[in-house]
Amino acid sequence: MRSAKAQSWFAILALAGASAGIVAAAVTVDDTIAVRAEKQVSVGPAAQSEIDRHFEEAWQANQVSPAELADDLIVLRRASLALHGTVPSLEEIRIYEADERPDRLRIRIRAMLDDSRFADYFAERLARPWVGVSTDPFLIYRRDRFTRWLAKELRENRPYDAIARAVLSTDGLWTSEPAANFVTSAVANDDLDENVLTARTVRGFLGQRIDCAQCHDHPFANWKQTEFQGLAAFFGQSAVSFQGVVDQPRMFENALEYKIENPETKAEQVIAPGVPFLKECLPVDGSRRDRLAAWITDPRNERFSRAAVNRVWGLMFGRPYIAPVDDLPDPGDVSTVLLDRLGAAFRDSGYDLRWLIETIILSRPFRASSSLDGADDDEYQKAAEHWAVFPMTRLRPEQVIGAMIQAGRLQTIDQNSNLLARSIRFFREQDFVGEYGDVGEAELDARSGTVSQALLRMNGKLTRELFEAGPFSAAGRLANLTENDSRLVELCFLVTLARRPTREEHQHFLTLVEGTQKESQARATEDMLWSLVNSAEFSWNH
Amino acid sequence: MHRLIQSAFTGNRRSWMFSAAGAGLSFLLPPLTGRAAERRGPERSKSLLTIWLQGGPSQLETWDPHPGGPTGGPTQAIKTTIPGVKIADLYPRTAEAIHPLSVIRSLVSKEGDHERGTYHLRTGYRPDPSVRHPSIGSMLVHERPAKGLELPPHVALDGGQWPPRGGFLGDEYDAFRVGNPGGSIANATSSLSEDRQKRRLEGLNVLERGFAVGRPTAERKTLHRKATDDALALMTSDQLKAFEIEDEPADVKAAYGDDRFGKSCLVARRLIETGVRAVEVTLDGFDSHTNNFEVHRDKATILDPALAALLKDLESRDLLASTVVLVLGEFGRTPKINPFDGRDHWPNGFPCLLGGGGLASGRVIGATDPAGVKDPERPVPVADLFATILAALDLDPTKELMSPIGRPLKLSEGLPVNELLPS
Repeated sequence: MRSAKAQSWFAILALAGASAGIVAAAVTVDDTIAVRAEKQVSVGPAAQSEIDRHFEEAWQANQVSPAELADDLIVLRRASLALHGTVPSLEEIRIYEADERPDRLRIRIRAMLDDSRFADYFAERLARPWVGVSTDPFLIYRRDRFTRWLAKELRENRPYDAIARAVLSTDGLWTSEPAANFVTSAVANDDLDENVLTARTVRGFLGQRIDCAQCHDHPFANWKQTEFQGLAAFFGQSAVSFQGVVDQPRMFENALEYKIENPETKAEQVIAPGVPFLKECLPVDGSRRDRLAAWITDPRNERFSRAAVNRVWGLMFGRPYIAPVDDLPDPGDVSTVLLDRLGAAFRDSGYDLRWLIETIILSRPFRASSSLDGADDDEYQKAAEHWAVFPMTRLRPEQVIGAMIQAGRLQTIDQNSNLLARSIRFFREQDFVGEYGDVGEAELDARSGTVSQALLRMNGKLTRELFEAGPFSAAGRLANLTENDSRLVELCFLVTLARRPTREEHQHFLTLVEGTQKESQARATEDMLWSLVNSAEFSWNH
Repeated sequence: MHRLIQSAFTGNRRSWMFSAAGAGLSFLLPPLTGRAAERRGPERSKSLLTIWLQGGPSQLETWDPHPGGPTGGPTQAIKTTIPGVKIADLYPRTAEAIHPLSVIRSLVSKEGDHERGTYHLRTGYRPDPSVRHPSIGSMLVHERPAKGLELPPHVALDGGQWPPRGGFLGDEYDAFRVGNPGGSIANATSSLSEDRQKRRLEGLNVLERGFAVGRPTAERKTLHRKATDDALALMTSDQLKAFEIEDEPADVKAAYGDDRFGKSCLVARRLIETGVRAVEVTLDGFDSHTNNFEVHRDKATILDPALAALLKDLESRDLLASTVVLVLGEFGRTPKINPFDGRDHWPNGFPCLLGGGGLASGRVIGATDPAGVKDPERPVPVADLFATILAALDLDPTKELMSPIGRPLKLSEGLPVNELLPS
């Protein structure tokens, strides 16, 4: 009700974004179209400013002065970390800086979304709330197939609601029907655990924690135990058989049902499937999981789209718009106005994840600096609460190693890289993540660093190998090929931190390399890169 | 106010502590400061040493044999230094050294999966999608910071697939993992000249200063500098020698066993002695779905000498009063022997060894049915085991910690096993 008007401007934005997308794809091919494209794209930024207005009004109302816009390259670094799990290469930085079109950020985002690194990296991020991080039970659960399938869906830009329906309702073998692994991942102690599936479904797709109500009514929200049980009953007829995941298999004589023990009579009681709200959206026909999937992804179910927005926001910023990411207040709550509106616009875009990502990256909060001049502790905290500064978050282990490996080379490491560079990325990433410590399912919680990680970064073999001056490494090539010392310092900063040094930094590191020759210059370059890679700035998103 | 604190911690400190201890309020005592290595007996602050038997050891082939029955298999029972208590004949040396410990034979859990069971037996809580519980070692380190210690306060030797983690307390409470027990610590040495090391750290300082501008909370939030400083302190610390066993006498090394696990146990003793709060040593490979008896015989040749040597060593160094020793895995194994001569997962009645740290010794809690049909007598839920350990560590099990979602969680929801508590 309250948001009807607001929804319409987001709808315009969604449409504008979609059409601009098509045109912009042609930009790189044909310059004559590019002129036309710019006109159309300009509709994008105009509508974009409506999101920014939301924040500007909030900042004014709360008397928060926002941080200035961050340097363009820092925004590129954030986008690259969120979409590719690594910092931009020197090559990418140069291409970006050479592009003089006013809309170069939007154009760059689209190129990044088309890059297969996006699909691979984002699939892993999205999969966590749905199937967790464990690879057990390995006989009937193939996590790798699930994430590869998801990556394919993202490459083809399949609508998010279609992905959700596939995850929830796919039948078949965990090998040939990869989406079915959602169900088999919840087998524990040789039993398909409906409660786990229910909790993951409601958290992952509706952004609610109804699972507290598994044992008792939710203490704060309005979830009842019976509502949890009604949802769990949608998985009550699912089973894992030789044909894979099936609903109501013939091999069982009696109908499979979700049952609970009546606490008083101790008798087993069959629970009928039921939904806690929007009962009119639940179809009558189909298997139970089909019906559940249709209800969850019904366009009238705004919890579905706003939960997606909150999670994608979290994956872009490292911090969800509302934390925790899966315990949202009811729609219409004063704290979720933006989520409700952006959720509706996301729905109107046809659940287009790329549109959503682009919209978030171009928003004022995403482009704000993480530094607030002269702010004290309280002012900074307050600004951070209102998204008036970009939040600082620790990089995930994959991002740290991705950034380290990329910073050790000058060319972009992607599908087109030589085999050596790619295999380093592949094998070393797994070892490193193991040693560094994976953050698991709760990946959007705030975290700090550990001593083991510091040791690994400071003295680890990988750091040594990557940043030793060699014929292909950044250290070697920069030291050998850079004509003057000042430029050498600048390039070392760009390749690691994706920014140029401040005056103080420039001065300090210049004295380090000035007057050095060959061997001593290579050592000085290694030392400079070591300091850069071990700085807080390198292992944090900021 | 200031003077009051002064008097509590200086002139009157000992008497105040003794009265607190006498009133059963020992968990209210301040942690002891100073170098732990120089302290002995009950005056040391408490540590936890866990021997983790990954894979689920069979109760029948360890601390709860039932020879002669339908489930006993070829395993025999032998007498121990605890009157009336017999253990499997695969453990002759442990049988001679077991008296500082007690045996709980009736642990009950509902988790029969390795990963879930490991979570349960590391934290005292069952897996719960809404919160990640801290391991008990992390709780101890969180509640009792180890002052004067330059080593990581929480260490896992050969930590295996699921090492102990800090859970909602934060990654800084994760166990520091050591993959090469007895050798030098990975990544703790730098081959650089002092000049270059200095140059690198100076560069780091310049960058940190720049990053702090306009980000007043940066350092407090990232703890980056702290982690770097701790790493540097570790790299240059004399205490690092605790990880190395080269200089240990040959007979000591031989007694523990010249294998990874034996070395790990010897390192564990050295770490405890240096003041490390929580140490876990893993022996993997108990998942005996096939050839149960062979598997357990092999494991026993490794575990038996090391465990016996460890207990004797702790005793002779007067470290037992301050060290809670716990020997357990994630569950037991089925009394029924399967067609592959193996035993499967069995969380309904399995044992652990527990003692030290002032806990009662030489007790037996609970009993299992030799036929494996009836439920165990005097069942001990896993949460109760954890409450007992926490109490022995002078921590109040009912103390609540605030989880990130604002939900207060007790250290343990169990009740201590009274028969084992310090009398």
